[in-house]
Amino acid sequence: MSQEIKDILQAADPANVATINFGPTHPSTHGIFQNILKVDGEKIISSEQTVGYIHRAFEKLAERRPYNQITPITDRLNYCSSPINNIGWEMTVEKLIGVDIPKRVQYMRVIIMELARIADHLICNSVIGVDAGALTSFFYPFSEREKIYELYEEMSGARLTTNMGRIGGFERDFTPVFHQKLQSFLKTFPKAFEEFDSMLARNRIFMDRTKGAGPISAERALSYSFSGPNLRAAGVDYDVRVMSPYSSYEDFDFIIPVGVNGDTYDRFMVRQEEIRQSLRIIEQAYKNLPEGDYKADLPDFYLPAKSDVYNNMEALIYHFKIVMGETELPVGEVYHAVEGGNGELGYYLISDGGRTPYRLQFRRPCFIYYQAYPEMIKGLPISDAVLTLSSINVIAGELDA
Amino acid sequence: MEKQNNQEYLTAVQAAFGADVLAHEEAFGMLNIEMTPSRIHDAIQWLQQHQDLSVNYLTNIAGVHYPEAVGREFAVVYQLHSWKNNLRLRIKGFLPKENLHIATITDLFAGANWMERETYDFFGIIFDGHPDLRRILNMDDMDYFPMRKEYVLEDATREDKDDRFFGRNNNEL
Repeated sequence: MSQEIKDILQAADPANVATINFGPTHPSTHGIFQNILKVDGEKIISSEQTVGYIHRAFEKLAERRPYNQITPITDRLNYCSSPINNIGWEMTVEKLIGVDIPKRVQYMRVIIMELARIADHLICNSVIGVDAGALTSFFYPFSEREKIYELYEEMSGARLTTNMGRIGGFERDFTPVFHQKLQSFLKTFPKAFEEFDSMLARNRIFMDRTKGAGPISAERALSYSFSGPNLRAAGVDYDVRVMSPYSSYEDFDFIIPVGVNGDTYDRFMVRQEEIRQSLRIIEQAYKNLPEGDYKADLPDFYLPAKSDVYNNMEALIYHFKIVMGETELPVGEVYHAVEGGNGELGYYLISDGGRTPYRLQFRRPCFIYYQAYPEMIKGLPISDAVLTLSSINVIAGELDA
Repeated sequence: MEKQNNQEYLTAVQAAFGADVLAHEEAFGMLNIEMTPSRIHDAIQWLQQHQDLSVNYLTNIAGVHYPEAVGREFAVVYQLHSWKNNLRLRIKGFLPKENLHIATITDLFAGANWMERETYDFFGIIFDGHPDLRRILNMDDMDYFPMRKEYVLEDATREDKDDRFFGRNNNEL
């Protein structure tokens, strides 16, 4: 804590301290969470958080669901980047059953996950703009996100809660329309993105508003188990994609951007650069997309084609076994982490051989880093607290599980 | 310096904590160490401060309920990560249902605060010394711990989800 903030806290006169509710349904909380702030004038002296408004007991639900029925639950964690959650969960199950995933599937997954990261970061960064008073920069990226949603739609039929992919691969190969839309996206997105970037990144008003808003040091961020862009903005280059590569991330050339001060501006800039890097990864993966099947040979988990189910006895048996959850599973404990939109998204799965997990815990990056929020906003004006909240990108679905 | 592997971690922990290391195994490449619950705080502190092992990151804390394991019904699982050696490990402590107390590690990792509150909220495990051990995701006046196995979901009467038919014995049935 800097000397300046200490002085503010010391000078606070109890007679002037007011208690106000920031949330649960405040337009700038972008979700339902409550902060009870104690303020002296504009300065925040202390704050207390209440979370859990949309707690849906995912971990309990997961204990009653066969593995393939858990994928839709993961959609609803960080719903700004559901495909990453879906694919992360599928990879966890694949790790448990020990299956070799074709290279093509791995590259397809990388493309989908990086598209999701772009969509996630676009929303977060444009919302930072909104909270700093720049509404135009919120509308520009939406037409770009729309294109990513169309790509999801082409691959899964859904836009927000995608339920993307299956255990063992994808439900379908990249369709001709997907190829065409992805190529056009790769062509048009960089220009549109740089236009968005030019509206905020070197904008004097935006910089003045965001620099120094909600800083956190690298030591504190580590102690709070921060991960993802928020940790990298504090200057720590930890990224699951590099530390423990999954889905062939080691094949791609990309850099991990880091910040210096861990404040709102650094978080914004780290996300902006990550979008550029994600684009690089997509280009590399798409250019080198291997030939092959879009699914692993995994009849125990991967639903057979409908035409086979009607005409082939074996396929019908597999179909029945998968739908009824009769597949034999190994006993064991796995932890698998992916780099989600907000950081290390982990699945800790304990299997007792039954058709549902014995215990499934989600490591939700939002839940873990949101507890640092009171420390980050101490001594700042309320308007900075709003910016800090949007720049750490707390997603209510992921926070409350 | 050479990166340390699971075996070296295990040997080091065993050398330092001797009889308090109750069991160990390697599950899907990740080292699992079961320890006396009362010594877990010290073990994590020792791992965190150790120059070579350097376990600097707390990934998460999970509670698990094993109602059939008499005398060790509840497990607290700490997943830790050493970035220096890029090695993840689990430390587990098993608690009897009559005495669900374990020392907090909020003094070692600030982020343990909410993780422990969540574990308390779901399983009722009490972290001694925690600065503010309240429910977090559920409402304050809830009078049970919902993740315990005795609280089944409402659809338990559905025939198509009957566990007896799917390789898991359920004593209540």
